[in-house]
Amino acid sequence: MIVLAVDVEKQLGTFKVNVRFEAVGGAIALFGPSGSGKTSLVNMVAGLLEPDRGIIALDDTVLFDAGRNIDVPPHKRRIGYVFQEGRLFPHLSVRQNLDYGRRMNGQPRDQNEFDRIAALLDIGQLLDRRPRMLSGGERQRVAVGRALLMRPRLLLLDEPLASLDAGHKREILPYLVRLRDEAKVPIVYVSHMPAEVRRIATEVVLLNDGKVVATGGLDLLKDADTDLL
Amino acid sequence: MLGLTPEEWTAVELSLRISIVATVCALPFGIALGWLLARKQFWGKTLLDGIVFLPLVLPPVVTGYLLLIWFGRRGPVGEFLYDWFGIVLSFRWTGAALSCGVMGFPLMVRPIRLALEAIDRKLEDAASTLGANNLRVFLTVTLPLALPGVIAGVVLCFARALGEFGATITFVSNIPGETQTISAAIYTLTQIPGGDAEAGKLVLISILLAFAALVASEWLSRRAAIRFHGE
Repeated sequence: MIVLAVDVEKQLGTFKVNVRFEAVGGAIALFGPSGSGKTSLVNMVAGLLEPDRGIIALDDTVLFDAGRNIDVPPHKRRIGYVFQEGRLFPHLSVRQNLDYGRRMNGQPRDQNEFDRIAALLDIGQLLDRRPRMLSGGERQRVAVGRALLMRPRLLLLDEPLASLDAGHKREILPYLVRLRDEAKVPIVYVSHMPAEVRRIATEVVLLNDGKVVATGGLDLLKDADTDLL
Repeated sequence: MLGLTPEEWTAVELSLRISIVATVCALPFGIALGWLLARKQFWGKTLLDGIVFLPLVLPPVVTGYLLLIWFGRRGPVGEFLYDWFGIVLSFRWTGAALSCGVMGFPLMVRPIRLALEAIDRKLEDAASTLGANNLRVFLTVTLPLALPGVIAGVVLCFARALGEFGATITFVSNIPGETQTISAAIYTLTQIPGGDAEAGKLVLISILLAFAALVASEWLSRRAAIRFHGE
């Protein structure tokens, strides 16, 4: 369970993100149509995009506060981020990709944890391959494993299924559900697909045109299906 | 071997030593400058870009002359280096390494800069969310991905250093055993009646060295490509 409190403004060209919400839970969905500012918002939570003003806080840690000049750099936020396109390091093997976060954070090697995550995501047989040799679905599973193995306090999943075809989507969804139930890491799940959100999230923040439309439970999606998509 | 005189072997050995030292010393600057030009916007960037590439377009004699003015014993930089560190560059092999490094530098910076510009910055973002600070992002993601460009820059700089003549002879003269490289030795031999045969042997060595450098670079960049981008 986490408390994610966001109150930020960011001008991006002619588009303005002006978002304010507080979400409590283990699996929060940021839901809205393409171009509603979801990715900009998670980039701000991860520290990759600096808001023009506002506050971002995770539980009792302030990650960003323009007024107090606080801006924790991304490498100190300990927020795992699974990108739409995976972004595995092409020059490293799957094993080295998975190990990257642990090495950078100076954590001791923990073979049990490594094996547990590899088994959870079913990627144990891919360890010696290069990212280029993986299918789209395998790549996303490795990306999830890489983010999990840095022991994040929050996992951001930005449309992790968007680049996959229908078959691979079906392949990955069960892993994400397992992730939510077994990994015990709070998740922020970004998507514009109600079906995905329904399977994974418990809380929903509804976004449209750079603003929060509503915050609540999964029942929000019923109206959203017709309104937004 | 090859019927070379000891003096000629000295020239070969000097050429290699000067080129290697020039390339190794230029590399950190080449990477730093390539990164600066690829990634940063700052006042005077166009000017800096121009200065770096100047040795490529200036007559080498002019570059050598400027080095002599600045790095000679009485030049502003040369005097400083001698007074504070006891380093003498003029008429020494170290001076030859400097002039070769300066001449090869633009050829080193260019491929490094292009390689850095081609890197997907999103991979660097991913690395930082995984806990890598800026330096570690650079060392573990940026530099390895730019390695083919770095290798190309090293080989071009080395080859240019090996063939350098004009700037070197102007700055440090043509002293056998100290600053007489293969090129300078060939030049000297061609000035002596009947020196053609001796010069021919050095020419052959020159061709062999250049060829070896090319083969080595091909091999290295292919290995790097396989290693970093999958078979």
